[in-house]
Amino acid sequence: MIELDAVGKTYPGAAAPAVTSLDLVVTTGEIVALVGPSGCGKTTTLKMINRLIEPSRGTIRVAGRDIGSVPGPELRRGIGYVIQHTGLFPHRTIAENIATVPRMLGWERGTIARRIGELVELMGLDPAIGTRYPAELSGGQRQRVGVARALAADPPVLLMDEPFGAVDPILRSRLQDELLALQRRLHKTIVLVTHDIDEAIKVADRVAILNIGGVLEQYAPPGELLRAPANAFVEDFLGADRGIKRLSLIRIAEVPLEAGPVVAPGAGAAEVAEAMRRYGVDWFGVVSGSDLLGWAWGSEAPSGAGGVALRPFEVRLQGADTLRDALDTAITGRTLVAPVFDGERYLGMLTVDAISRQVIG
Amino acid sequence: MIARPFIDWGWIVDHLDEIRDRIGEHLALTAIALGIGLIIALVLALAGLRVPRALPPITWTAGVLYTIPSLALFAFLVPITGFTTLTAEIGLVSYTLLILIRSIVTGIQGIDPAVTEAARGMGYSPRRMLWEIELPLALPVIVAGVRLAAVTTVGLVTVTALIGLGGVGFFILRGLNRFFDTEIVLGTALSVMLAMILDAALVGIERVLTPWSRRRSAT
Ligand SMILES: Nc1ncnc2c1ncn2[C@@H]1O[C@H](COP(=O)(O)OP(=O)(O)OP(=O)(O)O)[C@@H](O)[C@H]1O
Ligand SMILES: [Mg+2]
Repeated sequence: MIELDAVGKTYPGAAAPAVTSLDLVVTTGEIVALVGPSGCGKTTTLKMINRLIEPSRGTIRVAGRDIGSVPGPELRRGIGYVIQHTGLFPHRTIAENIATVPRMLGWERGTIARRIGELVELMGLDPAIGTRYPAELSGGQRQRVGVARALAADPPVLLMDEPFGAVDPILRSRLQDELLALQRRLHKTIVLVTHDIDEAIKVADRVAILNIGGVLEQYAPPGELLRAPANAFVEDFLGADRGIKRLSLIRIAEVPLEAGPVVAPGAGAAEVAEAMRRYGVDWFGVVSGSDLLGWAWGSEAPSGAGGVALRPFEVRLQGADTLRDALDTAITGRTLVAPVFDGERYLGMLTVDAISRQVIG
Repeated sequence: MIARPFIDWGWIVDHLDEIRDRIGEHLALTAIALGIGLIIALVLALAGLRVPRALPPITWTAGVLYTIPSLALFAFLVPITGFTTLTAEIGLVSYTLLILIRSIVTGIQGIDPAVTEAARGMGYSPRRMLWEIELPLALPVIVAGVRLAAVTTVGLVTVTALIGLGGVGFFILRGLNRFFDTEIVLGTALSVMLAMILDAALVGIERVLTPWSRRRSAT
């Protein structure tokens, strides 16, 4: 657990404090994202937790211990630290980079070597990479090595300052997924600084929105933040697409599905008409057992579903996908629905109506 | 009148022992000057990096020393320290300081700040940071400075012939006094060769010490 108690920082010669007085509690095992406009004191706050910056006032406790009483270097060896440009040591091989903190802590050679192996595997890196230098790695590999190095001595707390800020959006999204997968196994206490609100919503259990001067405007789980922004500043910061962002927090598996206007392959004209009437649409789908075979316009089946040429549903959403994916599927298809599958087995569909009800309701 | 040959090979062959001793003296004077110069420069450069206000006066002083003509410097020192190795080394060391201090300072200042921040963030103490991160990463720049200082010093050592030392410069001075071209050419050629060999050796040392800078990715 990390506790900030009326913590403030005024840089020498600065007119206003960078952080005025911040109270913040990060519970063991959660990911907290600090977000806010540039210069609002995110980095300052983060660096006060490992004493890279000395607070001007207030107390910070990590695991119940006042960090002011621990020598800086000693404190920092027990806290993982990841920064945007990784700061890998260019004159050390990847294995040596990862071994940095264990070596300082005086671990045995064999133990260190084993630990390097574990971390390389954990981060999905090629073991052959160990003997290379950082300059010989891709940006994504370097970022992973930076995380591996921070995790090397298995610190309970991890501080990350815009860890994925310097990589392209596709890679960033992958690294975010990897961080989440990693956290499911490791249960670290993580404080992550980002200026990307979408990143915060995606990876954090709780988001702290800071204003200039380190003023905490709201501290809440992403869902609550999007549903009930505390004030105009937060609302503004979250952006105009709050509703869509909320959809990205809800998994399809969490919401009820509808059968949809579907009929069996041999259904007669009356049955087809009834299915379409029930949903108020002019198309119908054909389901055989647990297979969704496709769909056709009602006008193409004057004498029932038999023998009609069906168009396939292109996108097969799964329970782990989000309502945002479902909405995207629904509004880009002719039928305005998102069919959901369990593997190949058809489960039901989501209409645009049903999706929007999740945000309104 | 019989014209003397420009180079008297017979004389050289007869004086091989003396040549060997003078080369040894030359190398010793150079090595001591570089070694002591490096230690002093390191101390001053690190002081200047830690207390930024101290840096300008340090480099200014080293710069002034560098501009004093070498002849004048030795002439000025002789009444105080006599015709000794000490006199020679005071002069030689003085001339290395500016180059060495500058290279150490620029070398360390040129390190990617992300690297030093990461190091601090992982619990490096300032002293550990200096030996394990800053000096190794500044090494290519520092070695470039040492090479320049080495070449300069090898040349300057010849001037110490005036105070009874001089390494291979001894031959130049004696040749001048006796109007004997062979000795002048010999001394000059040896000095140039020593400078080139030392420079090449330092390049080799740098390559061995900085394996990371030789292997680069395609990007
Ligand atoms: N070392 C320093 N000396 C003086 N002022 C500083 C220092 N570091 C930061 N500041 C100031 O403190 C304020 C907060 O800076 P900080 O780096 O914490 O912001 P940030 O939220 O991380 O911003 P960004 O998103 O741009 O990284 C800014 O006004 C900045 O100019
Ligand atoms: Mg910042």
